[in-house]
Amino acid sequence: MSEAILHGGLILLFLAVAATSVFTRDTFSAITAFIVYGLLLGLAWVALGSIDVALTEAALGGGITGALLLRAASRLRHADHAAETRRTGPASHGLAALACAGLTAALIVLVLSLPHPAPSLAPLAMEALPATHVGNPVTGVLLAFRAWDTFLETVVLVLALVAIWGLTSDAMWGGRPGPVQIPEPDGNLAFLARLLPPFGVLIAIYLFWVGADEPGGKFQAGTLLAAMWLLTLQAGLIDAPVLSRLRLRLAIVLGPLVFAGIGLLGIVVSSGLFAYPPGFVKACILLIEAASTVSIGVTLCLLVLGPPERPATP
Amino acid sequence: MNTTEWFGIAAALLIGLGLFGVITHPMLLRKILAFNLVGTGVFLLFGVIARRGAAAGIDGDPVPHAFVITGIVVAFSASALAVTMALKLKSDTGESTFPDDPPADAPDPAAPPRP
Repeated sequence: MSEAILHGGLILLFLAVAATSVFTRDTFSAITAFIVYGLLLGLAWVALGSIDVALTEAALGGGITGALLLRAASRLRHADHAAETRRTGPASHGLAALACAGLTAALIVLVLSLPHPAPSLAPLAMEALPATHVGNPVTGVLLAFRAWDTFLETVVLVLALVAIWGLTSDAMWGGRPGPVQIPEPDGNLAFLARLLPPFGVLIAIYLFWVGADEPGGKFQAGTLLAAMWLLTLQAGLIDAPVLSRLRLRLAIVLGPLVFAGIGLLGIVVSSGLFAYPPGFVKACILLIEAASTVSIGVTLCLLVLGPPERPATP
Repeated sequence: MNTTEWFGIAAALLIGLGLFGVITHPMLLRKILAFNLVGTGVFLLFGVIARRGAAAGIDGDPVPHAFVITGIVVAFSASALAVTMALKLKSDTGESTFPDDPPADAPDPAAPPRP
């Protein structure tokens, strides 16, 4: 009974916040609602029994996506008014509402007619998990059973960054992203940017390490690192990196390279691509996770910062 | 009906709500935000299916969970690219929306003038 009240209340709350983020006129209010929605959805994932996804959703879906949208909104601020005049008429609104309601109704029918008993790969995953020497089944799936998917996904991050850098104007190539942040040494932001990063980095290392056996892992840890870097950048304590630096670019590809290297090694020393050598499975997984944590942290932060907009040396 | 199915219905509502925002909102940034709502709704459906597959002493099927984690990261990458393109459109043309479609009976500005 108490579970029904708790879950029902949570669902109503996040649906209301999601509706706010769609229907409110002001862009900043919409983004703030979206960030709150991300955090509430994190709680929904806890209710659905996955702490791993809850951590990722709260940190990435709400936090970093929110930071990305807020940065963009502050640059598009004067465009709000012009966009209002482009609002479509009530007839097309009605048509859109009808189509979306139809889709929702179809999905609800689908949800209510899911098969009983539900198909599940959980028994299979748990049966094979001891061979990987990791205790967290999600990490087992990500790094061992479906390693190929996860590898391609770390490559997607790099490809997205390449595409974003591809939008650089010629003159700024290899420069620094974003405007110069003027530091306010006594401001709240500067205070938080000095106080939080040591804890953030420590928690990130913990999340990476504990991810083998408990909820956590490289995505959650990398997101936290990116958030700490963004915080110090936003406060103006450090300047945005020069994007043509070799060290930075190596940090971006370190994860995918280590992942691909160990994966290819499997062909030689084990039974095939992404088959880890027996006895070293956990060591391989931890090595990939460590390299990926660094790359994911750096890449996520650079994705938020966008293409270079000013020369490396002022 | 148990609470897991409630989350499934919520997911369906989120997908519809997000799609409505994508269609009706003129501003590109708001479309990107609404598209993210659609994405989270789809992920939540995965969560419901994973939860229904709870077995072997764990709270949910770890395979959809792993997919959702990768999905969230890929969705973020796509959003970052979309936001960068919207900002580029703004800096190149001053627009933050797609251009209006001309009415069907309007003369085509590119067509040669009739004699």
